[in-house]
Amino acid sequence: MIITLNGERYELDEPISVAGLLARLEIDPRRVAIEHNLEIIKRHTFTDVVIGEGDTLEIVNFVGGG
Amino acid sequence: MTDTPFVIAGRTFTSRLIVGTGKYPSHAVMAQAHEASGADMVTVAVRRVNISDRSKESLLDYIDTNRMFILPNTAGCYTADEAIRTARLGREAGLSNWVKLEVIGDERTLFPDNEALIEATKVLVKDGFVVLPYTNDDPIACRKLEDAGAAAVMPLGAPIGSGLGIQNVNNIRIIREFARVPLIVDAGVGTASDAALAMELGADGVLMNTAIAGAEKPVAMAQAMRHAVIAGRLAYLAGRIPKKMYASASSPVEGMVGR
Repeated sequence: MIITLNGERYELDEPISVAGLLARLEIDPRRVAIEHNLEIIKRHTFTDVVIGEGDTLEIVNFVGGG
Repeated sequence: MTDTPFVIAGRTFTSRLIVGTGKYPSHAVMAQAHEASGADMVTVAVRRVNISDRSKESLLDYIDTNRMFILPNTAGCYTADEAIRTARLGREAGLSNWVKLEVIGDERTLFPDNEALIEATKVLVKDGFVVLPYTNDDPIACRKLEDAGAAAVMPLGAPIGSGLGIQNVNNIRIIREFARVPLIVDAGVGTASDAALAMELGADGVLMNTAIAGAEKPVAMAQAMRHAVIAGRLAYLAGRIPKKMYASASSPVEGMVGR
């Protein structure tokens, strides 16, 4: 299945939880914010929210800025 | 001399200098500069995680979050909607409801779009945010931001990253007179005297990034800025002498030898 991850096409074998995807990408869940289909999802629900075919995901973190 | 504490939205800061985290030669230099600056609030930007290259170190590894308050910005946003979306993501990533709100109106000058800024301020304040808007130096716009619920007003002293120094002394003074919330001069500072001047005009604080990060020796400049902000603040509280056209002798004119 195909999703859009940070604006790019991304392939997954099957639906996966947000926490599962983060683990696969080696991203520390404590340091990111996530939008799933334009809705911000709370950190404590990362294990419950499942990403499906065609979904759009934005994963952001803090970078240097003024 | 005792000063009143620097309080924004009920939170007290020990330093009146707020510094950025962008454009440093390295994260390690940034950490040293932060230490030298004495600041206890730093700004950060909210951006997409690099999915393909996970090797980059995390910015937060180099910020002592026990000492530093993290202020996410909405830099690079050109519409109210974009800024609101970014602010909400920043809140989620940082677990604080504070935002340095930027809605940029023009790429070359990075001047704010004040109409959109005021609109975004209203929405975010209703949503429970503590909004610190980066604004142009228009006292009326600052008043409108205040009326919209902004926790501070942050007029520019000159364009972001320009290092031109405080180009709008009179407007900053007028904003000082008008403002009932903290006034923070945000952007334009190039060197220590600029920061001191901003404080001498009565600003409650100064926010800067490039002046420190882009200096030949960022750590030394951070230290200079720390002193400049303290000196400028003291001078403001001390009350400067009026400017006069002609000289006025400091030594007695009587008792001159041989007269």
